[in-house]
Amino acid sequence: MSFLTYLLSGVSLGSIYALIALGYTMVYGISRMLNFAHGDVIMIGAFTLWTAASPSFFPGNPGLPTAVSILISILVCTLLGVLIEKIAYKPLRNASSLAVLITAIGVSYFLQNIALLIFGSDAKAFNSVVSFPGLEIGGMKISAETIVTITVGVLIMVGLSLFIKFSKQGKAMLAVSEDKGAAQLMGINVNSTISLTFAIGSALAAVAGILYCSVFPQVSPYTGAMPGIKAFVAAVFGGIGSIPGAMVGGILLGIIENLSKAYISTEMVDAIVFAVLILVLLVKPTGIMGKKMTEKV
Amino acid sequence: MPMLTIENLEVYYGMIRAIKGISFSVEEGEVIALIGANGAGKTTILHTITGLISPRSGKIDFEGHDLVKTPAHKIVSLGMAHVPEGRRIFPSLTVYENLKLGAYTRKDKAGIEETLKQVYRHFPRLEERKNQVAGTLSGGEQQMLAMGRALMSNPRIILMDEPSMGLSPLYVTEIFSIIKEISKEGKTVLLVEQNAKKALEIANRAYVLETGTISMEGKASEFMQNDLVRKAYLGE
Ligand SMILES: Nc1ncnc2c1ncn2[C@@H]1O[C@H](COP(=O)(O)OP(=O)(O)O)[C@@H](O)[C@H]1O
Ligand SMILES: [Mg+2]
Repeated sequence: MSFLTYLLSGVSLGSIYALIALGYTMVYGISRMLNFAHGDVIMIGAFTLWTAASPSFFPGNPGLPTAVSILISILVCTLLGVLIEKIAYKPLRNASSLAVLITAIGVSYFLQNIALLIFGSDAKAFNSVVSFPGLEIGGMKISAETIVTITVGVLIMVGLSLFIKFSKQGKAMLAVSEDKGAAQLMGINVNSTISLTFAIGSALAAVAGILYCSVFPQVSPYTGAMPGIKAFVAAVFGGIGSIPGAMVGGILLGIIENLSKAYISTEMVDAIVFAVLILVLLVKPTGIMGKKMTEKV
Repeated sequence: MPMLTIENLEVYYGMIRAIKGISFSVEEGEVIALIGANGAGKTTILHTITGLISPRSGKIDFEGHDLVKTPAHKIVSLGMAHVPEGRRIFPSLTVYENLKLGAYTRKDKAGIEETLKQVYRHFPRLEERKNQVAGTLSGGEQQMLAMGRALMSNPRIILMDEPSMGLSPLYVTEIFSIIKEISKEGKTVLLVEQNAKKALEIANRAYVLETGTISMEGKASEFMQNDLVRKAYLGE
């Protein structure tokens, strides 16, 4: 395999990290909390798709078409994200950040255990949602998943950026992130803006989960943990709270991970990823594109 | 009927009673000055009126609307705008984006454009800097932006919390002359100030707040003559 192939699949993996990192960073921006249950929303998204598309699992389900299953998965995750915020985080809005963090970890375990109860602990084979063959350009093979992941990732990132920059709700999200009190004085409903943020983040997590499980074709209750942590690293790497930072951080992380896997060591890859993070934070504590940190304690 | 009536308002921060049962009213078209030393409770009163803090007891009536029961984000569309203490503009957004957020609840595109023109007429500097990121404006310009942003909702009453705080004398004069203009255009103004002299110059009536209670009220012109006020608040 050539360098370019590794690079491309790195960008593809990185696009997935970026989609997840966007959820972390948007939620952090608006409520100054690290939503550690975000990774598990990915897993729920993948399991929802698996359930909807499998003929056997749900009694009477003939196995829905892929497109319909994807929509259901996105819908379920969107609702789940909004519910998690309403039930678990909203009552803690004025609580200490440690209490919120512990709650987030609790929600994470809760989601994993729900999945364990329903699906059991063994990994299920996941059929890729991409059903067309890859490309071969000048002897270089590019998998269909790589193409789809990069395309979907780029489209979503451009769309989201335009939404935030130009829509009224996008502006409201920025305003609430900067000053909740002042935002209310403008007539912005802070609760529904926070809900919208969780909804968008969780919808992106569903897409990321489907893409991730299409590239690494299995799903288990622990599937969300690793990409969740990596995307969190990517968000911090890019500057937590910064939307372009999450995109750049995610893609860079995917590239670093794939190139170190290819040229340095498969076993060491996670250690390398975390070492890079530590280095970046030592040099620039706010991440690549981070502004000054406003820590809520 | 006054436009805004506050009755027996009590506000607590935890165990601390910050506002101890005050009552006052604002008539349509008036400029009311609420003066008092640092920590008297001026900001707390404004925050309670616009719903950022809930009172322990008391009534706030604005043109027949019970503001105690109205969520903060629904108050601006009733015709009440609040220029908060410390300006609280959105620093990473541009001047123009800040102004547009001031009109967040309005649907009338043509009306918004018209108001924007008026705001630029009051504050030509905001038009010159409309594409500048708000966080990079000077203190005086940020105050203008905060006032312009409040005007964008086309309010009938505007609450201002220490608009002159931390500004150079030149800016203070400019800000107060604009408040006067705004009032001339028919808007009612509730002005909170530590700079009592300037506030009394443009106000019709005034209230003095002392640690959570109103200790004096009357016509602004009489206040200027009152020895007690002159000593305590006008530094004479
Ligand atoms: N968030 C808060 N928590 C606790 N006490 C507060 C808070 N905000 C204000 N206070 C107290 O309430 C009193 C009134 O404060 P404030 O309304 O800010 O006064 P002013 O605006 O007149 O300077 C002060 O004693 C202040 O210390
Ligand atoms: Mg104050």
